[in-house]
Amino acid sequence: MNKNIDTKKIIISNPLKLDCGKEINNFPIAYETYGELNSEKSNAILVFHALTGDQYVSGKNPITNKDGWWSYVVGENKPIDTNKFFVICANVIGGCMGSYGPSTINESTGKQIGTDFPIITINDMVNAQYELIKYLEIEKLFAVVGGSMGGMQVLQFVANFPDKAKLAIPIACTSSHSAQNIAFNELGRQAIMADSKWENGFYSNYKLNPDKGLAVARMAAHITYLSEKGLQEKFGRKLQDRDSLRYGFEADFQIESYLRYQGSVFVDRFDANSYLYITRAMDYFDLSKQYKGNLSGAFKETKTKFFVISFTSDWLYPTSENREIVIALNSIGADVGFVEIESDKGHDSFLLDVPSFLKTLGDYINSTYKVINERRI
Amino acid sequence: MKEEFNIISNLIEENTRVLDVGCGNGDLMKFLQENKTKDIRGLEISKEKVQNCLSKGLTVIEGNAESDLKQFPKSSFDYVILSQTLQAFLNPELVINELLKVGKKVIVTIPNFGYWRVRLQLLFKGTMPVTENLPHEWYNTPNLHMCTIKDFYNFCSSKNIKIFKSIALKKSRISEINKSNLNYKNLDSHLGIFLIES
Repeated sequence: MNKNIDTKKIIISNPLKLDCGKEINNFPIAYETYGELNSEKSNAILVFHALTGDQYVSGKNPITNKDGWWSYVVGENKPIDTNKFFVICANVIGGCMGSYGPSTINESTGKQIGTDFPIITINDMVNAQYELIKYLEIEKLFAVVGGSMGGMQVLQFVANFPDKAKLAIPIACTSSHSAQNIAFNELGRQAIMADSKWENGFYSNYKLNPDKGLAVARMAAHITYLSEKGLQEKFGRKLQDRDSLRYGFEADFQIESYLRYQGSVFVDRFDANSYLYITRAMDYFDLSKQYKGNLSGAFKETKTKFFVISFTSDWLYPTSENREIVIALNSIGADVGFVEIESDKGHDSFLLDVPSFLKTLGDYINSTYKVINERRI
Repeated sequence: MKEEFNIISNLIEENTRVLDVGCGNGDLMKFLQENKTKDIRGLEISKEKVQNCLSKGLTVIEGNAESDLKQFPKSSFDYVILSQTLQAFLNPELVINELLKVGKKVIVTIPNFGYWRVRLQLLFKGTMPVTENLPHEWYNTPNLHMCTIKDFYNFCSSKNIKIFKSIALKKSRISEINKSNLNYKNLDSHLGIFLIES
């Protein structure tokens, strides 16, 4: 988070009018690319990251020293094969990995922007990333792909730029954040804001970090990414490094220890204000509302091919919500495929080693790429 | 299988919009894509088969014809195909009505339960027929509503469904079905193929 990362970055000089009414300009977008752009510029795939993701899709993440967040999907000989495709991923605005966000230093004050940062939306994130595509001089992407909040960006991207992608793959997402989604996000935000070190968002001025609040937010959210069955099978009531209960509030159970660990590693890499801003952007996402209550309206202008994927045990963005996207597309005769993948790994399935997901996604992308290229010849 | 695909393909005009309901592993879709039209979609209930189709780059939706055909607008396809699947639905009449709404024309193929080989099994062996075309035993068959060519023919006339073309298939022999040869074709064919319109 706002460490001196040697990250690829461009400064967007075009003013960007945000949904909140404010305008930003000369702001940074940090990004990473994998593979080579071919001479026809026809093999570019824009990947959108989820809430706590970043531009480091594949390979080693230089900040965490761990594998990129979508290493199962993107890389050499992976479903999205970087021997073949040019993969682009940008840190969303509002994020904390080099793009314009609340931890960006305000040059006139020398301090972090904090909660003076404007409220941003999924629409704003997508419009900012489009500037990167223009900068890379890519006229038309082969595909836009993303899971969870990344999937929302896929939908918004096609709605905003109907002729800029041949293929769109929204995964485990929704066209509109539900009351339950908003409720969980609000829980996380309240945990952060209840931390006395939050200081109304200006913690960095006091060299503080609301890490306790952010850790609790992450712990609560993490539960929503798993399934009951997955949790039960992995942890059950197993005890952590002990043979019997200690009759106290230490982490007696493995699941407690696991969540505490998840919380503690998260605060090292993520900014609390970014968590507030990005969850807010997700809550504000309601694509059908943008089109007067008719979701189909978002896709009326596009010839983009869609492939929607959901997972059986995902209760955060359940199949029914993914199906609504399919129904909206079918009702206007759009080209849409859909499958619900069997998995007990919950919402996180799209990030994990789920072989039938990886195979279907990879085969579909590769055969579609072949078909589209053949047709052009 | 190949003969059935050929007959279906011959019923379809080029570069039209087609939906294959119960598309299985996408063999017919692939065949039509190579021979007739690129604009073809599939609907299939089995996850595994949907994944196989998508792996081939076919545009297929996981879903159930009895509940998921509703999402397509009226007459949004030039042809809707239902190949040897009608007998497996809980409510075949409802499915036929949905197909006729979604498609301008509908192609239905039915394994003929009136075929003499099928009849002989029940008549002489006294057991439920098991044939090449109907390989299941009574206790594990997905086929809930078996019918004959004659049954379907009569169904269409009683429901005022127009039959444009009806074709009988025996092995690889193809012939037309009409009112006068209906009883004979019903006895001597293993598959009936109907092109209908509401």
